[in-house]
Amino acid sequence: MKVNMNIDVHHLTRVEGHGNIHVVVKDGELIDAKWAVVETPRFFEAMLRGRPHELAPTLTSRICGICSIGHTLASLRAVERAMGVDIPDDAKMLRLLAKHGETLQSHLLHVFFLAAPDFLGVDSVIPLIESHPDVVGLAVRLKGLANDMCDIIAGRTTHPVSLVVGGVNKVPTKKELETLKQRIQDRLADVATTVEVFKTLSLPDFVRETEFVSLKGENSYPWIGGDLVSTDGVVKPEDDYRAMTNEYKVDWTTSKFAKLSRESFAAGALARFNNNYKFLCDAAKQTAEVLGLAPVNHNPYMNNVAQIIECQHVMIESIEMIDKLLANGFKDIRSDYTPKAGKGVGAVEVPRGILYHEYEIDDHGKIAKANCIIPTTQNNANIHYDLAELVKQQVKLGKSDKEVELLCEMLVRAYDPCISCSVH
Amino acid sequence: MEYLGIEPKKARIGVFDFTCCEGCELQLANKEDSLVDFLALVEVVNFREVSSDRGQDYDIALIEGSISREDEVERLKQIREKAKILVTLGTCACFGGVNSIKNRFDIDDVVSEVYGKNKVETLPVRKVSDIVKVDLAIPGCPVSKSEVERIVVNLVTGAAVNLPKYPVCVECKQKGNTCVVDLGEICLGPVTRAGCDAACPTGKTGCLGCRGAAEDANFDSLREILREKGHSDEAIDERLRFYNAFSEELKNEG
Ligand code: SF4
Ligand code: SF4
Ligand code: SF4
Repeated sequence: MKVNMNIDVHHLTRVEGHGNIHVVVKDGELIDAKWAVVETPRFFEAMLRGRPHELAPTLTSRICGICSIGHTLASLRAVERAMGVDIPDDAKMLRLLAKHGETLQSHLLHVFFLAAPDFLGVDSVIPLIESHPDVVGLAVRLKGLANDMCDIIAGRTTHPVSLVVGGVNKVPTKKELETLKQRIQDRLADVATTVEVFKTLSLPDFVRETEFVSLKGENSYPWIGGDLVSTDGVVKPEDDYRAMTNEYKVDWTTSKFAKLSRESFAAGALARFNNNYKFLCDAAKQTAEVLGLAPVNHNPYMNNVAQIIECQHVMIESIEMIDKLLANGFKDIRSDYTPKAGKGVGAVEVPRGILYHEYEIDDHGKIAKANCIIPTTQNNANIHYDLAELVKQQVKLGKSDKEVELLCEMLVRAYDPCISCSVH
Repeated sequence: MEYLGIEPKKARIGVFDFTCCEGCELQLANKEDSLVDFLALVEVVNFREVSSDRGQDYDIALIEGSISREDEVERLKQIREKAKILVTLGTCACFGGVNSIKNRFDIDDVVSEVYGKNKVETLPVRKVSDIVKVDLAIPGCPVSKSEVERIVVNLVTGAAVNLPKYPVCVECKQKGNTCVVDLGEICLGPVTRAGCDAACPTGKTGCLGCRGAAEDANFDSLREILREKGHSDEAIDERLRFYNAFSEELKNEG
């Protein structure tokens, strides 16, 4: 029997923003598979023009409610590199701690609240409150910790207030940091339980070879700034980000697509893992082994697993940084600077992949020109080509419409796309 | 007991996002420990971000984001027809928010700056009350979760719903903060409605007025103080216009 399918998922749920999946199979042949983003464009690049440089991070934070710390940090880095501002080491560590809080927060939201319902066969996290109280309880505790971490360091989890040009504005107290450290240590047990739970789940077995792009670690797992790297062997300096993304427009979606050596590439936790595995701490490497993830892995569903591994890694790295900060005693947290004209790029690994901000600043310290490229834009093409390949493989295996539709939804969710910001 | 025709414990809430960062909606989902308690009192029927259950009936509609497309206008009107109470959630919905900065530019320029020759549909940014009747406005960029939960619970149980009328400075002083104006920053705390627990000045950063004007806000005296500290009118205006949250007051100011 020849299979026919017509899958139309309008406004996919449990992702940020609005996206549609469209699949047509006729007589067992794939006719069409599209991933289209349908969010209202918000024109941040244009709105940045003429703004004083010190308000750029505050404004661009509003591109995305989930990665607001990431946008703030990329914006700060672009401004600081444009004006040649160096920031003190303690400020760097505090910023990275806030960043880790956000990574933890965002990964947990995705793994437990957006993706887990699929693996456990329910519609949303709400029925899980009754059926899996232990898992929900653990997720709530971990997320509470991540929230507090951002609040303590950045003043607020969504749209931080203490991260400013030149460094940070405010330091946590010694007591706050000590308590935070203790709490992170205590919650590592919850990560171990999460690993146990995920060991029992089977993720869809699907492979499509692709290219993975991320920051390139020098001495540690990379988060803020540095060279760019791909699993196909491309290495470029941060300033050359346009050659790493090659954005283009397709006619069925308002968001742009991107490519490098192939028709598409992937960014995000799995890309960071594939490129920088050697910099993970030992415990995170062990987790990778237990959950069956080794670089270079080409199964997009494994992004969920890479996120769990990163959660563990950032928690352990946070403990180490807090120790250093306590030993240093915050002598210096903010550099003075005189605004001046210049151009700068800021590349930051946010939960879903590399985020780029580029600004040109004029003689009055105002933004003259801006460009932002967010991870989901980089992933859109990869999602799109994955969908086509996934459907082809599943049709061959004789899967039903319903099964294929669910796998398609899960695939898109695995990328944790953030559609509202991809059309900033 | 009924309030506005809604029985407590059964209030159905729909959350709908328009042009925005979804940060306000996220506040409701954040700190899930109280989300579970909150869900015991109300039923969320169109909380797209958290659930894939696409319920359609609701008593209270929470609207997040500003309005910048024709289809959004239609969707908003339909929601207004269905909802008994319509609440704007956050600065974007209440005032237009940061998206309003777009209105300072020529729309065609804005589109070509970002999308080149590809045409993308967009309208000038409007706040929700420009289009439909709003029963209650909860400002904030983002909203404060505890404030939203308190207000929704009060709505459902029929208790009074109030936002503070006094300015952010009051909360700021209660927290024992050093005034950032003395540190050389511009702060709009003196003219801005409190309720955020002075979030920005507590992080040693000037308030940008996301919650709109406090009662009897005196813009002239704010300008006077800031000018004396050496800030230019341009820098002060840039901040007063950041969230579009003082547009009415500034209009009257002339
Ligand atoms: S008010 Fe602020 S936090 Fe809320 S949706 Fe708008 S930009 Fe996001
Ligand atoms: S910092 Fe701002 S809010 Fe606080 S007292 Fe000074 S002016 Fe008022
Ligand atoms: S301090 Fe001002 S800008 Fe900051 S949250 Fe409060 S009202 Fe909004």
